[in-house]
Amino acid sequence: MTETIRSLGRMGIFLGHSVAAMLTPPWRPRSLIKQIHFIGVRSLSVIILSGLFVGMVVALLFQDTLVRFGATSMAGSAVGLSLIWELGPVLTALMVIGRAGSAICAEISIMRTEQQIDALECMAIDPIRHVIVPRFTAAMISIPLLTAIFIVIGIVGGYFISVVLFGLSEGAYFQGMSDTVLMGDLRMCLVKTLVFSLLIIWISTAKGFYLHLVTGAYGSEGVSRVTTMAVVHSSIAVLCADYLVSAIML
Amino acid sequence: MSATDEQNLIEVSGLVSHYGDRQVLNNISLDVRENEILVIMGASGSGKSTFLRHLLGLKAPSAGTVKLLGRDITTMTRRELFDLRKQIGVAFQGGALFSSLSLIENIELPLHEHTVLDKDTIQIMARMKLEMMNLLDHEHLMPSELSGGMLKRAGLARAVIMDPRLLFFDEPSSGLDPVTSAELDELIKQLRVALNMTIVIITHEMQSALNIADRVTVLHHGDQIFTGAVDELHASSDARILNMIHRRPSRHGVDSDYIDQLTR
Ligand SMILES: Nc1ncnc2c1ncn2[C@@H]1O[C@H](COP(=O)(O)OP(=O)(O)O)[C@@H](O)[C@H]1O
Ligand SMILES: [Mg+2]
Repeated sequence: MTETIRSLGRMGIFLGHSVAAMLTPPWRPRSLIKQIHFIGVRSLSVIILSGLFVGMVVALLFQDTLVRFGATSMAGSAVGLSLIWELGPVLTALMVIGRAGSAICAEISIMRTEQQIDALECMAIDPIRHVIVPRFTAAMISIPLLTAIFIVIGIVGGYFISVVLFGLSEGAYFQGMSDTVLMGDLRMCLVKTLVFSLLIIWISTAKGFYLHLVTGAYGSEGVSRVTTMAVVHSSIAVLCADYLVSAIML
Repeated sequence: MSATDEQNLIEVSGLVSHYGDRQVLNNISLDVRENEILVIMGASGSGKSTFLRHLLGLKAPSAGTVKLLGRDITTMTRRELFDLRKQIGVAFQGGALFSSLSLIENIELPLHEHTVLDKDTIQIMARMKLEMMNLLDHEHLMPSELSGGMLKRAGLARAVIMDPRLLFFDEPSSGLDPVTSAELDELIKQLRVALNMTIVIITHEMQSALNIADRVTVLHHGDQIFTGAVDELHASSDARILNMIHRRPSRHGVDSDYIDQLTR
């Protein structure tokens, strides 16, 4: 129990330190670009592929329901709202956890076991500023953009099903969408994806960074343990935060 | 700076250390004089690496004080500790190079961080240190392409890049063949003369320790069982130390019984 409280306290200090360092110079554009490439660019194909299929599935499922209510013209707004409210932010977050969060946690925990982080400390270089901050900033930029891409591609996927497959007029699909999606919906989407980005990068980096303080976590076995922990904890955190943000903002 | 600072670059007194509830260092006291090579010796698990973590301010002691360059690091703020660390160099056991940077970029890193020198000057300074460690031909290799001995020398080059007053080296000879290990010992001795450094070395290799040390501290299960000059170590009558010098296992009989069992 005290161990849990201590670890939460550590995580809190880690977050404060990281955010403070993120917002103050010197910044490291080179590491930042590298991390944006890793978290953002290299996730693109996964996000595009999954966005396409999710949009198609949503349109397909709604088609069936909307036919029963004689409201097939609502397909565009149904696809748009479900992607913007829920599926876009949440599924992008979960994909990024699997694709990048786990790798980031593993990389940082290896830096810990190989004493690279101690070496930075001893060279009077702040490891948080040097190692953690570029990943934080990159995640806060990349994940919201990936979410936007996921949603746009999802809408395109829905278009294939509703318009191309089921013959809804193109105008009805997009008109329905633009009539129902309001500024507030986009705002909620933005808040969600920013909160998720922070949770993902915070949990993934902190679990690796504090590997040495996890009792019994040594070497490669420790790395695999904290990496699994990072994936599980950040997925759960994203889903909890999803409920909280929805409840507060709706 | 007062006179005592000039003589003792490190002063440790009454150091006690715990991992959780387990005490791993019991009341260690130690002085390191300017320009000497002190070797901290002991079997694995005796607490050497933990002691080093305390000397570097990477772990806070449960009791006792650690003074580096005349200043108590146990009560310092992080910022003060960072300032002080610019005057010390640390070579870690496996080199601890950053895998995303090439060899020379690793060596240059502290200069980029702490000086306003231009790129060319930094490169020249890094090459001088690489030359010293006989690594100049490999400057553009990545750490994954270097052998264990090269990684250690690279870690040493990075540790001395800022010309520190104090150098710490964890296990220079572990995992190396005897020849490479002897070369590294020679290199360390040269460094003291060339760069006028005070050096603390951690090792479990008796041969290497006797070869380079001015003075030796021996740890045994977290106790400090000996501190003194190398000659005094030879004259010691402590069975634990004699076992170390003569490379005798501390539990006799186990080995021969085991061999009997295997050959039967
Ligand atoms: N992170 C840690 N958590 C718990 N116990 C540790 C940790 N690191 C080392 N120890 C224990 O402390 C003792 C001293 O270890 P160490 O300082 O690594 O010894 P040495 O470097 O001499 O081999 C050992 O018994 C070891 O098991
Ligand atoms: Mg050790």
